[in-house]
Amino acid sequence: MAVSVDEAVSTGPARDHTPPARRLGGRGRSVLEIALLTLLAVVMLFPVLWMIETSIKENRDVYAIPAKFFDFTVTLEHYKDVFVAPGGGRSALSVAFLNSVVVAGVSTLLATVLGVPAAWAYSRFAVKAKKDQLFFILSTRFMPPVVVVVPIFLMYRQVGLIDSKLGLILIYAAFNVPFTIWMMKGFVDEVPAEYEDAAMLDGYTRLQAFRLFTLPLLVPGIAATAVFALIFSWNEFVFATFLTSSDDVRTAPPAIAGLIGGTTTDWGLVAAASVVFALPVLVFAYLVRKHLIAGVTLGAVRR
Amino acid sequence: MGTVAAHGLCKSFGKVQALDGVTLDVPDGSFFVVLGPSGAGKTTTLRAIAGLEKLDAGSVHLDGRDATGDTPAARDLAMVFQSYALYPRHTVYENIASPLRARRCSSSEIATAVEQMSSLLHIERLLQRRPAQLSGGEMQRVALARALVRRPRAFLMDEPLTNLDLKLRVEMRTELTRIHRSLGATFVYVTNDQVEALSMADQVAVLKEGKVQQVGTPTEVYERPANKWVAGFVGSPPISLLACRAEGDRLVGADGWTLPRPRWTTAEDGRALLLGLRAEDLSVEQRGNASLSGELYGLEPLGDRTVVDVRVGTEILKVKARPTVTGTPGERLLVTVDLDRVHLFDAGTGLSLSEAGR
Repeated sequence: MAVSVDEAVSTGPARDHTPPARRLGGRGRSVLEIALLTLLAVVMLFPVLWMIETSIKENRDVYAIPAKFFDFTVTLEHYKDVFVAPGGGRSALSVAFLNSVVVAGVSTLLATVLGVPAAWAYSRFAVKAKKDQLFFILSTRFMPPVVVVVPIFLMYRQVGLIDSKLGLILIYAAFNVPFTIWMMKGFVDEVPAEYEDAAMLDGYTRLQAFRLFTLPLLVPGIAATAVFALIFSWNEFVFATFLTSSDDVRTAPPAIAGLIGGTTTDWGLVAAASVVFALPVLVFAYLVRKHLIAGVTLGAVRR
Repeated sequence: MGTVAAHGLCKSFGKVQALDGVTLDVPDGSFFVVLGPSGAGKTTTLRAIAGLEKLDAGSVHLDGRDATGDTPAARDLAMVFQSYALYPRHTVYENIASPLRARRCSSSEIATAVEQMSSLLHIERLLQRRPAQLSGGEMQRVALARALVRRPRAFLMDEPLTNLDLKLRVEMRTELTRIHRSLGATFVYVTNDQVEALSMADQVAVLKEGKVQQVGTPTEVYERPANKWVAGFVGSPPISLLACRAEGDRLVGADGWTLPRPRWTTAEDGRALLLGLRAEDLSVEQRGNASLSGELYGLEPLGDRTVVDVRVGTEILKVKARPTVTGTPGERLLVTVDLDRVHLFDAGTGLSLSEAGR
């Protein structure tokens, strides 16, 4: 029957956490648990909290010793600096953010457009040496970016893709296509092939059958996969640092990193830029959180 | 319009030979049943005819024209799937309309046709529901409506009644036969249920391990099974097979029993044979013209009749008896045999020896 990702996910994982704790031993255990979880939360969240605080402090409060946690003057000056250049007009950072949006968006779109039909084909058709092909596709992800960045740099220099948005888009898409194929194959496997068989007997062509009857059922899976790809492209640092140099092309991660390391570092600006950088991903992930979990449990684990 | 001919279909999935030279000739307007146990290749045969399975060898002719390479859409067939395969996002109405939409019919044509089909199958009040809101029987009717809404060359049905409960299955059997009569269309119907095959079919093809064992009318398949496997598969309770050999005018069993040799057998003396006895051709109540002695092994009351298990030597005979029959296990019994209705098979090849003489 229909694979509804929402149904498959909404109750499962969330419920699993509580019962084992109760079984293991009453209130003492759960107090300890809460204490440890609180500690963990503080350790994990403190940097985030500090970043947000720093972004709204005035400069003298930022450098104050001892550090001020609560009694500082709130200012939005740093956020203004992120977008507006000191003399007026667009700041370099805002251009970098725009570049990030373009590069991450287009590369994700490209990976999805290429990866989804490929996943469908690998799921539905008898392909020669299918397992070997899929393994090969996955193996392109084995090497960390730092390892391949030098050869790619040399190749890009030859073909003139150095310091261009197109170069970044292509390399991100190349990294995301294998991921998209693997994750989407899991989703396509979940949709019975008989819908397409039935559609073809109804008189549709194979591609029409895919587009009209299978594709709509894959939308949650595509959303989850695209968000993962988008987050990868958005956060990517190594390629962006090595393959781009000019302010017109540079994406946000190297641009923000570039703020650190002069004679003085404007920590308020760094913090504000980081918050702005983190926000879209957080909002996006929150919006599709159900599908993200579905992507992990359904697409990747069950097969 | 509506003949389906499959010749020498071969298909393997990895090491498994699913179809091994399947040949079927389905006459126009017939109700043709492909019967076999699970894994016999029935569904693969049907999918090959539909064009959903790429063949290793063999050809499919529709209305006398070679359609082996055609796409499923070009073959102009309709199919009911075992899982029904109703589109989950579409309403019942849209599901039934789908074949017409694919052919770009006008919406008024579609409305008329869907209305007609839904009243034929009594699903008018379900039209706005989605498949998830239907019961198994309702889904089955919708799947049927989607197939019947247009007039294809032939209808292919893949175990359409298997997922229904018994009462509904019996009802739908009658209904399908009625629909077949009223349409006069060609049906190719796959099932593992011999009752469906015997009750609905004009012609039955019995399939086992990708090979056609026998093709014939239900009566032929039941009364004159081509080999011991068909004899054992068709019929309930299953036929009893006893090892024996011919000696002069007698059949001598491996366990020492003897019966008069049927006149029509041509088997030479000493050849290893299997004697096939159907439960209804045996009696524990002194009818028939020859007898075997054994002991009561068990009783299986079925309401309208009781199946008596009788042990003869080391083998068990299933005997159909009246529901009132009683006895205690171990009791001596005389089983009478209707000699005109026994079957003989070669013990080596399993092929029937009965055909020639009758």
